[in-house]
Amino acid sequence: SGCGEDLLKAALVIQNWYRGYSARLKARQRYALTIFQSIEYADEQGQLQLSNFFSFMLENYTQIHKKDPELLARLFGSTLQDYKDRQDYVSHIDVPDSYHGPRLQFPLTFTDIDLLVEAFKQQQILHAHYVLEVLFETKKVLKQMPNFTHVKTSPSKELTICGKFQSRAAKLIFRSNGLPSGSNTYIFNGDFVDRGKHSIEILMILFVSFLVYPNDLHLNRGNHEDFMMNLRYGFTKEILHKYKIHGKKILQILEDVYTWLPIGTIIDSEILVIHGGISESTDLNLLHRIERNKMKSVLMSPIPLNEDHNNDLKKNKINTTIIPREVKTNGSLSEQLTKHEWEQVIDILWSDPRGKRGCYPNTSRGGGCYFGPDITSKVLNKYQLKMLIRSHECKPEGYEICHDGKVVTVFSASNYYEEGSNRGAYIKLCSGMNLRFFQYQVTKATCLRPLYQRVNTIESSAIRILKERMISRKTDLIHAFQLQDRSKSGKLPMGQWAFSMENVLGLNLPWRSLSPHLVTTDKSGNINYMSSFEDIHIQKPLKSGWSDGAQSTLIETLYRYRSDLQIIFNIIDSDHSGLISMEEFRAMWKLFNSHYSIHIDDFQIDDLAERMDLNKDGSIDFNEFLKAFYVVHKLDNVNKSDSKLA
Amino acid sequence: LWETKDAEGEEWGDRLVIAEFHKKIKDAFEVFDHEANNTVDVRFEIGTIIRSLGCCPSEGELHDLIVEVEEEEPTGYIRFEKFLPVMTKVLLEKRYRPIPEDILLRAFEVLDPSKRGFLTKEELIKYMTEEGEPFSQEEMEEMLSAAIDPESNSIRYKDYIAMMVVDDG
Repeated sequence: SGCGEDLLKAALVIQNWYRGYSARLKARQRYALTIFQSIEYADEQGQLQLSNFFSFMLENYTQIHKKDPELLARLFGSTLQDYKDRQDYVSHIDVPDSYHGPRLQFPLTFTDIDLLVEAFKQQQILHAHYVLEVLFETKKVLKQMPNFTHVKTSPSKELTICGKFQSRAAKLIFRSNGLPSGSNTYIFNGDFVDRGKHSIEILMILFVSFLVYPNDLHLNRGNHEDFMMNLRYGFTKEILHKYKIHGKKILQILEDVYTWLPIGTIIDSEILVIHGGISESTDLNLLHRIERNKMKSVLMSPIPLNEDHNNDLKKNKINTTIIPREVKTNGSLSEQLTKHEWEQVIDILWSDPRGKRGCYPNTSRGGGCYFGPDITSKVLNKYQLKMLIRSHECKPEGYEICHDGKVVTVFSASNYYEEGSNRGAYIKLCSGMNLRFFQYQVTKATCLRPLYQRVNTIESSAIRILKERMISRKTDLIHAFQLQDRSKSGKLPMGQWAFSMENVLGLNLPWRSLSPHLVTTDKSGNINYMSSFEDIHIQKPLKSGWSDGAQSTLIETLYRYRSDLQIIFNIIDSDHSGLISMEEFRAMWKLFNSHYSIHIDDFQIDDLAERMDLNKDGSIDFNEFLKAFYVVHKLDNVNKSDSKLA
Repeated sequence: LWETKDAEGEEWGDRLVIAEFHKKIKDAFEVFDHEANNTVDVRFEIGTIIRSLGCCPSEGELHDLIVEVEEEEPTGYIRFEKFLPVMTKVLLEKRYRPIPEDILLRAFEVLDPSKRGFLTKEELIKYMTEEGEPFSQEEMEEMLSAAIDPESNSIRYKDYIAMMVVDDG
């Protein structure tokens, strides 16, 4: 009847509309994820570029050679004094009776694992004495492990593989999948630290479990098991905050423990489990042989003491004279890996699979490469392997299979960028069966919020950090826009605006789709390019009486390079006191200035030094100072703490 | 820039329009092309991409579009090279225009003949999963999670539409 037909039509209308709306929500979710990911990788690239700066600094910062051999040693990765230290150090740290946290008993047993898990649930902090003991013991046991652990599955014993193991997902995984034990084998495929608030607690559970079940818990090194990465991504800060007295020592030992983490695991001689990926030149035989503990950090590439290197440096646009190398390291050259060995490890820790055939430099991260399905086949065949399991990249569903089923990515940190950004997953396998994938998403709410709310959350979070990125490049952006805007109308066609954004920010993003969030458009569809900067500015430190105009470039520069500066300061501050001398600051800043081609006058640097010396005592508390620069989003009522300099 | 009137000018304007469409389509495609190999999954992603570009084809119309962009021997994937020209034409011809708000409201009113101003959860489920181009269970659950007013456990469709339209931009 007519009525039935009307019902049909009405249903069709609603369904049609809903499907369109739902698709647009999902696309927005993807766009947000793309933003998070691009910025994360661009930051990693910035991180890797720092290594060039360090080389440059060493060549030109003559004062360091004379005054601070320790700094040099740190940058060249000296060996730590062996644990003749250990007995002295640990035994001198008393655990007071007033300490109500977990007390571990060495040699460790499974009761210690339970003890730790319970304690951390109660938000307790493990005493530094135990942390250090665990670290020393872990190093001792790791040292005996080969670069690749060979594991065999059995029909009765299941193996679980996790990648990027963070605290909230950890609780979920241990609850649903059980703690590590003799019958519950785990492989943790790197990145157990950084970007969460409980990295040290996770690390302690993992290391203690490892010490109790060294043959059933396998830890692979990830790119975040690197003290330089920790400086930028928060783990260093977490340690120094929770362990005010012994934090520095913990960091020191931890640096060393990282280098002893195995590079990978091979299951049943068929499945290679490593953190990042491979390259066309990946040589597993070489990797089995190298002295992996010489890989201190991705930022410390081996510097050859020869003419070629000096010539390379001269090619850089530097006016300062290159001082011939008389650098004496603590040890000899044998303290370092060869360049080839070092690159092999970087490839393992930093590479990403892609659909395009061949092997290309990984330009978004700045290290490792992109490898295609042909590379996967070639390398797997060469070593008679069937599959590669890796982590390193956030995937919306927590896992992804590519390269015809030969490459699997497993990513266990759900909500990695923001509440609702992605699911997490882990893999279970036992011999003779296919891989099984377990997905989840940790949420604070008791029931799942509607999709549109979740999408709104991650979208606004993503746009926020994108805008902060824009403002840190404001001068360059405006310059690029104005170059194209001959008539000085303040407007540009969409295509030109998008082009400039991509060029200046170096982010490959869908600018056209994002434009409504970033700029206003006039009736003809042209972009009012200055409108991005209207509701956002960098907050200047309140105390120091900065004036507008002349200082704004300096402020922008400080904001833009704040992470880099923090790392550099932290390196110079080798005793982790949080202070560096005015002289060190001036010299370092001048180097930074020339290497990064920033045009800040000398008098501005001196002025900056004066301002940073907040106590007027000749030393600079750089953390305090850098904290003062953060971005204000005018449309906020309250500044979110995560937009502040972390 | 877009409004030149002479014959040559119009042609130039068209080319620019097409260039911009190409970029838009490429952006939308790439965001779902995880492996960056210029293909996307037929079943799960191509529909989302088309709809995210502002088009609202019915399931039937979508099926026809897919046939146009699929390989002669369907592989389960759509290649960008095939997708681009077809999608550009769709945008140029302004096909599959979205449903205006008032039509959407009237559709809900047809399902609510006694003009109560709401639909019960059971009624919505019945219509959406039994009539027209039925929802999957996942689609139904997803719609309900946002549409249901928790106090009355019903769908106050006028409020719901108002909220969604604002959000959709």
